Amino acid sequence: MSEKVLIKGNEAIAEAAVRAGVKGYFGYPITPQNEVTAYMSKRMPELGRAFVQAESEIAAINMVYGAASTGELAMTTSSSPGIALMQEGISYMCGAEVPAVIVNISRGGPGLGNIGPSQSDYNQSTRGGGNGDYFLIVYAPSNLQEAVDITYKAFEMSQKYRNPVLILGDGAIGQMAETVILPEFKEYSSKDHWWELNGCKGRDSRSVKSLRLAEGTLKTHCLHLKEKFEMVKKNEVEYELTGNDYDILVVAFGTSARVAKSSIKEAKKNGIRVELFRPILIWPYPYIQLAEAAKKAKKILVVEMNNGQMLFDVIYAVKDESRVEFLGKPGGEVVDPDEIYEKIISIRG
Amino acid sequence: MKTVYEKPHSLTDNKTIYCPGCNHGFVHRLVAEAIDSLDLREKTVAVAPVGCAVLLYDYFNFDVVEAPHGRAPALATGIKRVRPDLNVFTYQGDGDLASIGMAEIIHAANRGENIVVVFVNNANYGMTGGQMAPTTLPGQKTTTTPFGRDTKHDGFPFRMAELIGSLPAVAYSARVKATSPKHVLAAGKAIKKGFQNQIDEKGFSFIEVLSTCPTNWGMDPVKALKWVDDAMESYYPLGTFKDIDGGK
Repeated sequence: MSEKVLIKGNEAIAEAAVRAGVKGYFGYPITPQNEVTAYMSKRMPELGRAFVQAESEIAAINMVYGAASTGELAMTTSSSPGIALMQEGISYMCGAEVPAVIVNISRGGPGLGNIGPSQSDYNQSTRGGGNGDYFLIVYAPSNLQEAVDITYKAFEMSQKYRNPVLILGDGAIGQMAETVILPEFKEYSSKDHWWELNGCKGRDSRSVKSLRLAEGTLKTHCLHLKEKFEMVKKNEVEYELTGNDYDILVVAFGTSARVAKSSIKEAKKNGIRVELFRPILIWPYPYIQLAEAAKKAKKILVVEMNNGQMLFDVIYAVKDESRVEFLGKPGGEVVDPDEIYEKIISIRG
Repeated sequence: MKTVYEKPHSLTDNKTIYCPGCNHGFVHRLVAEAIDSLDLREKTVAVAPVGCAVLLYDYFNFDVVEAPHGRAPALATGIKRVRPDLNVFTYQGDGDLASIGMAEIIHAANRGENIVVVFVNNANYGMTGGQMAPTTLPGQKTTTTPFGRDTKHDGFPFRMAELIGSLPAVAYSARVKATSPKHVLAAGKAIKKGFQNQIDEKGFSFIEVLSTCPTNWGMDPVKALKWVDDAMESYYPLGTFKDIDGGK
C-alpha cells in the first residue's frame, strides 16, 4: 500500500528502492549521502535482504556488479568523489550489460571539494564517465516525490535495457525533508532472461564479461551497444515544460530547476513572459523537444550549479549560440532565486 | 572396460592458452575435480581475475563472471550475499590478489565471506610479460627488477596464506604446490576442503598454490618445478595456517 510520510531525501530514496524490491545494497560512507547507507543497514536485514558496508566505493560497485550478475536487483549510493572511484565498475557493467541502480547525491568538486549541493558531475554522468564507448541512463530529480518515483522505476528501466541507471541528485535533494507518497511494495522475483549467472542446471554454462579479445568481436559488441543506446534515445524522453507563452525560456535540471521555478513565478508577476524547460532524463537528453520549445524564445537562459556543463547540450539543441545565456553557480552552493530573477531581468532586452 | 581416467565434467573441451609447463592447467583440473566430486557444478558461479586466468570462462564448464583487476572478492561477496545457495569462488593470481586487489581480499576474508579463494602464486605478473609482483622473491629478476628485487627499494614479498590465516573470521588458509603427484593430490584435497567448508557454511577458505611460470622465469618446465621446490618454498613454506576444524 502506498503511504504519505514526511521524510528526508536520502531515506526516501532508500525506502523507494526497498519497495522496488532491491535485494542487495552495498555502500561506503561519504557525505552528503550517509543516511541512505544507515537506513539500509537496518532496513535490508529486517527484510532478509543483503546489506554490506564495503571497504571502499570500488568494492561497493563491484559487489553490485557481482550481485546484479545473478539477475537480482542491486544498488549503491555515493557522492561525487565516491562515484568517481566507481567508474571502473560502472564501465565493466556497461560492457558486460549488467543492470543496476547507482545514486549520486553529488557535492562540490573537483577533488574533495566540499559537501555542498552541486551539479558539477553533469558531464561525468551523461558522457559515460569511465573508459570506453557507453552511456548511462541518467535521471535528475528536482524534488523528493520525483526522487522517490524515479528510484522506484529505475530498477525496471535498468533491467529493460540491461544497463546501469544513474540517479543524479545533489546534497539538497539528499538532505531536505518533504512530504512524499511512498509507492507500494513490489514483489520482485528474478526471472531468467538467458544471461544471468544463477547456476547452469539444465542449460549450458554462461559468462558475464566485458573482455572481447578475438578479432572483430569488440567492434560487433560496441555496434550492438550503439544500437541499444539509439533505442533508449528513441523510447525514453522525460522533461517538463511549464507553459507555452514565453519570450525567455529557462533551461535547468534538478535543484537549480526547482529554484528557477520561484524566480520565474516572481518574474511573471512583473509581467515577464518566461517559462521553464526541465529535462528529467539528462541522458538521453531531450534535444528535439528542447529545439522545438526554443524556437519561439527570444532568449534561452541556462541555469546550473556548475561552470557550464549542460550548457553545451542546450547549445547543441538550439544551434543558435547568440540566443543562449548562462548563469552558473559553482563550488557546492545552491543558486539563489534572486540571482536567477536578476539575470532574467537583465537579458529580457 | 573400467574407466581409470576421465576429464572432469566441470572442464570444457577447449584447449587452454597457457604456456607449456605452466601450472594453471593443473589447478583448473583440481578445482574442477573438487566441484564435480561435491556435485556443485550446476550451482557454481566463479569469478575470473585479470591476468593469465582471465579466460577462465572458456575452460570451466559452469557460470563465470569476469571481474575488474583485483576486485574478484568484492564480486564474490555480492553474489554470495544475494544468492547464498550458489557455490561461489574466485580464482586469482598474485598481482591481481596481493597488489591491486589487496583491499578486496583482506576485507572479504575479514568479513568471513562464505566463499573459496584459489590463489595462484607464481611470483610475477605473467600475462603482462613478467613484471615484479608483490610475491616476487628477494633478488628475483623480472622485467621491472632487472638487477633482482631489492628489498630496500621494493620491500618484501607478502606471505598471503599466513596473512589471511591470521584473521579471526577465516575458516581455512593453506599453502600447497603442484610439483609432484603427491603434492598435486594434497593440493586437490585442500581445494576440496575449501568447497566443503562453503557447503557447511564455515566461512572464508583460502588456498594458495605455488605455481610455475617457465616462460617469464626463463626456465624449462622441469627447472621451473625445481625452482618452486627450492627457491619459492624456502620463502613460502607449505602448510595450513588456519583451520577452524583443527586440521581434521
